[in-house]
Amino acid sequence: MPTIRVSANGEAALETRDVRVRYGNNEAIKGITMEIPRKRVVALIGPSGCGKSTLLRCFNRMNDLVPSAAVTGEVLFHGENLYADHVDPVEVRRRIGMVFQKPNPFPKSIYDNVAFGPRLYGRPPDLDDIVERSLRQAALWDEVKDRMNDNALGLSGGQQQRLCIARALAVTPEILLMDEPASALDPIASAKIEELIQQLVEHYTIVIVTHNMQQAARVSHYTAYLYIGELIEYDDTNTIFTAPHEKHTEDYVTGRFG
Amino acid sequence: MSERAIIEVARGAGGGAPVASLRGARSRTAKEAAIGGLLFAAGAVSILTTVGIIAVLVWESLAFFRRVSVAEFLTGTVWTPLFVPQHFGVLPLLMGSVLVSIIAAGIAIPLGLGSAIYLSEFAPERLRRFLKPVLEILAGVPSVVYGYFALTFVTPLLQPLVPGLQLFNALSAGIVVGIMVLPLIASLSEDAMNAVPRGLRQGAYALGATKFEVATRVVTPAALSGIVASFILAISRAIGETMAVVLAAGMTPNLTLDVRESIQTLTAYIVQVSLGDTPFGSIEYQSIFAVGLLLFAVTLGMNVFGRWFLKRYREEYA
Repeated sequence: MPTIRVSANGEAALETRDVRVRYGNNEAIKGITMEIPRKRVVALIGPSGCGKSTLLRCFNRMNDLVPSAAVTGEVLFHGENLYADHVDPVEVRRRIGMVFQKPNPFPKSIYDNVAFGPRLYGRPPDLDDIVERSLRQAALWDEVKDRMNDNALGLSGGQQQRLCIARALAVTPEILLMDEPASALDPIASAKIEELIQQLVEHYTIVIVTHNMQQAARVSHYTAYLYIGELIEYDDTNTIFTAPHEKHTEDYVTGRFG
Repeated sequence: MSERAIIEVARGAGGGAPVASLRGARSRTAKEAAIGGLLFAAGAVSILTTVGIIAVLVWESLAFFRRVSVAEFLTGTVWTPLFVPQHFGVLPLLMGSVLVSIIAAGIAIPLGLGSAIYLSEFAPERLRRFLKPVLEILAGVPSVVYGYFALTFVTPLLQPLVPGLQLFNALSAGIVVGIMVLPLIASLSEDAMNAVPRGLRQGAYALGATKFEVATRVVTPAALSGIVASFILAISRAIGETMAVVLAAGMTPNLTLDVRESIQTLTAYIVQVSLGDTPFGSIEYQSIFAVGLLLFAVTLGMNVFGRWFLKRYREEYA
């Protein structure tokens, strides 16, 4: 049995119940039950192939886009199962945003990138304000305010990633999922993203997948350690990295394998 | 370390055996050179042919333009080279080609783009892998078949719907040429859309975009340069199309916008004269080279524009 010592005390932003994901005959997630506390940063760590990215993609139904993936179990968001028949994945993704490993700005202007989400739901009259607010939240405003019409592909990698964060924030999600958001960036850009995460958590619940254990230790309140599709241990980040209860966790965080 | 010592070391690494010569066998280098030469010759054939065609077109056209002025040719509105009095105003032929191409584009662009979006964004992978080759086979149907199809099927089908539709008419010709170039647009546009990185689609889905929004707001704009290039290629093929147009639209040089009437295109005129018993060196004979040169200039212009557009608006993804 996994050691789980994180409880949201009724304040869960997300709650999973026996979530399983199969790709064809291969079970990538083998029954995970956990709670993500509101306005906290939760890090998912584990060796490659442990299923942390797959689990993250269950939280906004991005796995739906993989034809062979089948998800069972429940993911509760405000008490409602995201995988219930009547739930529209498009609606889910508007409430639960995502940032990817590789910055993926659209080949459009900086402004149009941030405005993309809000424009999907009509023509908001205060679009300029939304764009500015989102860019400020993503700590990018000062760098781009004078060149909003430039193509986003002209930005540096770190700026592109913050632009993608601004783009996700522009639709005011409650939860932000981040799939190794800094792994493709240099150390300085990476540090900026980490700083940003610490600011964003005042308003958002953040779930971050990372390969970088120092990063998990720096930015997260709670850490879940996964191994081959199973949740091994889920606890305060401090406990996970200093005094884990499971031997397996200790071996991983001390670098004995993985 | 002295040079000699280095050589000694190198020999030592080779197990003490003398260092083998690195010079290649003479026969092998000769063979390589011969193969290179043969391949160059293969490429040169097509380039020299093109140069030859242009030279003949220009040469014979010059002879034509010594007898008919360029201005008269390009601005004249009557084309009667085979009757007396002879008139060499190419506008009726040019209009015929343009009319057919516009109808063809009107059919092929929306349907082709729709097919491409379906194949690239909506069709399940297995269906896509089946449909795409089928579409490309459609592009291999001989154009004379399309012409016959227009004459014996499309026109009779349209006659009750379009009052005054003649047996030979621009409308049917344009429709079948449109169907003919549709696979070209669908296939090339689909290639362009397929080349759009998956990450862009995921980014849009993660913002709550629907499949249709992803297709129209992200994938299509990102693939636009390739899509427009496919339009231009298709239209230049439509302008150059010959057999289908001869069969469906007839051979009546006619400066008109009425698609129900019979017209003659640039290509159809060339066929007409080539098949007739026009004496070598006569002005009628020379006129087909002038028409051919104009046709060549139009399609070349479109291809150059297409390439320029592709280069200018190609999106580079980091």
